[in-house]
Amino acid sequence: MVGWIDTVIQGVLLGGLYALFAMGLSLVYGVMRLVNIAHGDFILLAAYVALVFQGAGLDVAAATPLVVAVMFLGGYVLQRGILNRTLGKGLLPPLLVTFGLSVVIQNVLLQIFSADSQALRAEALTTASLRLGDAIAIGWLPLGVFLVALALGFGLQWLFARTGFGRALRATSDDQETAQLMGIDHRHMYALATALAFALMALAGVFAGMRTSFTPTDGPANLLFAFEAVVIGGLGSFWGTFAGATLLGIAQSIGFRLNPGWGLLVGHLAFLAVLVLRPEGLFPRTR
Amino acid sequence: MSAGAKLVTRATRASRAAAVAGAIALVAGAALPWWAGSASMRLLIEFYCFVIMAQMWNLLAGYGGLVSIGQQGFLGLGGYALFALANHAGLNPFLCVPLAGLLAALVAWPSAKIVFRLRGGYFAIGTWALAEVFRLILANVSALGGGSGQSLRAMASIAKSTREPAAYLIAFAALVCALAAVYLLLRSRFGLALTAIRDSERASESQGIDTEFTKFWVYVVSAAGFGVVGAIYYMNILRISPNAAFDVSWTAYVIFIVVIGGIGTIEGPIVGTLLFFVLRETLSSYGSWYLIALGAIAVVTMLWFPAGLWGALSARFDLHLFPVRRWLRQVP
Amino acid sequence: MSLLETRGLTAFYGDFQALFGVDLVLEQGEIVAVIGANGAGKTTLLRSVAGLNPTGSQAVRFDGEAIGGMAAYRVARRGIALVPEGRKLFPSLTVEENLLVGARTGRAGGWNLERVYALFPSLAQRRAHLAQQVSGGEQQMAAIGRALMGNPRLLLCDEVSLGLAPLVVNVIYQAFRALSEDGVSLVVVEQDIGTALAAADRVYCLQHGRVSLNGRPSELARERISRAYFGI
Repeated sequence: MVGWIDTVIQGVLLGGLYALFAMGLSLVYGVMRLVNIAHGDFILLAAYVALVFQGAGLDVAAATPLVVAVMFLGGYVLQRGILNRTLGKGLLPPLLVTFGLSVVIQNVLLQIFSADSQALRAEALTTASLRLGDAIAIGWLPLGVFLVALALGFGLQWLFARTGFGRALRATSDDQETAQLMGIDHRHMYALATALAFALMALAGVFAGMRTSFTPTDGPANLLFAFEAVVIGGLGSFWGTFAGATLLGIAQSIGFRLNPGWGLLVGHLAFLAVLVLRPEGLFPRTR
Repeated sequence: MSAGAKLVTRATRASRAAAVAGAIALVAGAALPWWAGSASMRLLIEFYCFVIMAQMWNLLAGYGGLVSIGQQGFLGLGGYALFALANHAGLNPFLCVPLAGLLAALVAWPSAKIVFRLRGGYFAIGTWALAEVFRLILANVSALGGGSGQSLRAMASIAKSTREPAAYLIAFAALVCALAAVYLLLRSRFGLALTAIRDSERASESQGIDTEFTKFWVYVVSAAGFGVVGAIYYMNILRISPNAAFDVSWTAYVIFIVVIGGIGTIEGPIVGTLLFFVLRETLSSYGSWYLIALGAIAVVTMLWFPAGLWGALSARFDLHLFPVRRWLRQVP
Repeated sequence: MSLLETRGLTAFYGDFQALFGVDLVLEQGEIVAVIGANGAGKTTLLRSVAGLNPTGSQAVRFDGEAIGGMAAYRVARRGIALVPEGRKLFPSLTVEENLLVGARTGRAGGWNLERVYALFPSLAQRRAHLAQQVSGGEQQMAAIGRALMGNPRLLLCDEVSLGLAPLVVNVIYQAFRALSEDGVSLVVVEQDIGTALAAADRVYCLQHGRVSLNGRPSELARERISRAYFGI
C-alpha cells in the first residue's frame, strides 16, 4: 500500500517535469495556433547547451540562467526569422517546416555529440532526498522541479491575466489585425511568446538532463509527453495542462511499477482514453 | 460540333506523350526480372515502396489536408501482419501482402474515430502517438519476437530464384495499382471533393460535401497503402523489428519526398522519390549530413517554393502529365 | 498644412480595384464625413489610411509625413486610431481589458479609463463583462473608447451607427462633438446620410471607388447628394 503511495508521489513529481515540457507547447499554441513539431528537440537542445557550458567549467546552477538566456534569444530569432513566415498560409507550412527542423536538430546533435549517452552532473541535487516515514523518499530534485513548475504556472497565469503584456498577447491571439490598430507589432509579439516558451523549455531541458541521461534522438519523446499532457488536461488553460501533466506522470509511474516494459504504454493509453471519452480534455477552459 | 464551340477535356499534349512513355515503362517494368539482376530488383522494390508511400501521404496531406506523422504505424502493422500470417498462420507469404493492407485498413477504421477528435497540429502529433502505441504493443508480443523482432521463416522453403522475381512483381503490381487508384480517385467526384476540401473545408461543406466521410476514407486508403508497403518491404529484407518498422524516419523521408517533389500533385511524389534516391546514392558517405541537408532543403522549399520541384516546373512549362484537371478548350 | 491628406489614393484587393485615385483633405479639428453606398470603397479608404491596406507612400500624408503603406502598428503609434467596421472587440477580453489594450500605442495624452467611463457612463457598469456579452451599443462605445485610450490625434470611425438604436447613435455623436471640441479630428464613415451631414464640417461622397462629390453640408442640396451617392 505504501509502495503505491510512493508510486503516485513519484508520478506527481514527474508530472512537474512534464508540466514544464507542456507549458511551452501550450503557450505557443494558445497565442498563435502553431504546433512546433520540433518542440521536444528544442528541449533536448537546451540539455546539450547546458552540457557545453558544463564542459567549459560551469556547474549546473551557474549554467542554467545562461541556457535560459540563450534559448530565449534563440526562440525569438527562430520565430521572427522562420516561423512567422509560416503563419497565415494554411496548415501545412508550420507543421512541415518544424518537422524539418526536428530532423535537422537531431542530426546536427548526432554529428556534434555522437549517439553516446550524456548526462548533466548535479550529484548533490540528484541523490539527496527528503524522507517521509520509512518507506517514502522524495528526491530534492524532483520536488524542486515540481515546485518550480508550480511557481511558473502561477507566474504565467498572472502574466497573461494581469499584465499589459499578457493582455497584448491575448489580443494579438484573438485578432492580430485589430491588435495592430492598437500599436501592437504582432510579429514582435509572436516572437516574444516563442522566446518565453523557449525559456520554459530551457528549464525543462536542463532538469530533464539532470534527471536521466539523454541522446540526440530523445527529442520526439519529449514532444509526445508534452502533447499528451496538454490533451489530457484540456486546451486553453495552464492549470489544465499542469493537471494533465500530473495525471500523465502518475499513469506512467503506475505503468512502470506494474511492468518496466509498460510504463510509457500506460501513459499513452491514458491519453487515448481521455481522447476517446472526453476529447475536450479533463479541465478545458470554459471561457 | 460547330466551329468555335467549347469542350471540356482533360488531356493535354504533354499528358498524351506521357501516356505513351508510361505504356513503354509499364512493359519494361513488368518484364524486368528477365533483363535485370538481383541488385537492381531490390533497389527498384525499395523505390516503388517509396513512390507508393509518397502518393499515399500526398493523398492524405496534399489533397485531404490531413498532416499525419504517424503513417509508419500502418507500415509496421502491415509488416507485422505479414510475419504473423506467414510465420504463424502458415499462409503463403505473397498472399499476405494484400491481406496486410486490409488489416491496416481495419485498424485504421477505429483509429480514425479516435484521432479525428484532434485538429491540425495536434492531429499530427496524435497520429504519431498512435504509431508509438502500436510499436509498444507489438514490442511486448513475444510470439512476434518482442523487442528484437524476428525473421521471415516462411520464406525459407521458397527458392531465391522464385522469391526475388515474385517479390519484385508484387511490388511492381502494387505500384501500378497505387498510381492507377490515386489517378482514378482524383479524376472522380471523390477527387473533386478532396480538392475542394483542401481549398476550403467550410465552403465544401456548404456545397453539400460530407467532409468527415471524405477525410475518413482518405485516411483508411492511405493506411492500407502503407500497410501493403510494409508487407512488401519486410518481405524483401526478410527480417522485422519494432524499432525499425515503426521508426518515424519513414515518415520523415516520405514528407521530404513529397514536399521537395511537389505536394498536391501526382507527378510531384514521383519526382521527389527520384531526387531522394539520387541524393541518397551521392551523399550516402556523409552520414547524418545527408539528413541535415534533406531537412534544410525541405524547410527552404516549404518557405520559398511551396509548390516543390514539380510545382515549379509545371507552372513554368504548363506541364500536366497525369490529367486530373478539366480544361475548357476551343474546338477548332 | 492639413492634418490628413490623401492624393490619388488607389487600393486593390488582389486583382480587384476598390479605389481609383481618391483625394481627400482634413484640417486639424474638423469632422469629415465620408458617405456612399455599399461597396463604394469607404471602408477601404479608412483601412488604407490606417495602414491595413497597402498603398503608395505619398498617397497618404499625415501632418506632413508620408505614411502610405506604413505598417498599421506604426501608423497607430503616430496618432491615427481606427474604430473598425464591426467593432472588432477582442472576444476573450473584458470590456475594461479591451480599453486597456487600446493604450498600447504608448502615446502620451489625457485619456484614461475614468475619462472613457465619463464619456460613456453605461460602459462603467459593464466593465468586467466579456466584450461579446454586452449590447451592440455598448460594444460600439467600447470600441470607440479603446481607440481613444491610444490618445489619437485623428479618429477614423467606420459605420459606428450600423445596427444601433437612434438614441444610442445620438449618445455617440454627442461624444464626437465633445471630442472635436477637445481637439481630436474625426473622419466618420456612414451609410446614414442624415446623421453624417448633421455632424460633419465637410462631407465626401464616394461612388465606385471615386469621389463623386465633396463640400460643406450647408452648401450641398439633397438631390445633388442623392445623385452623387447613387450615381443616378
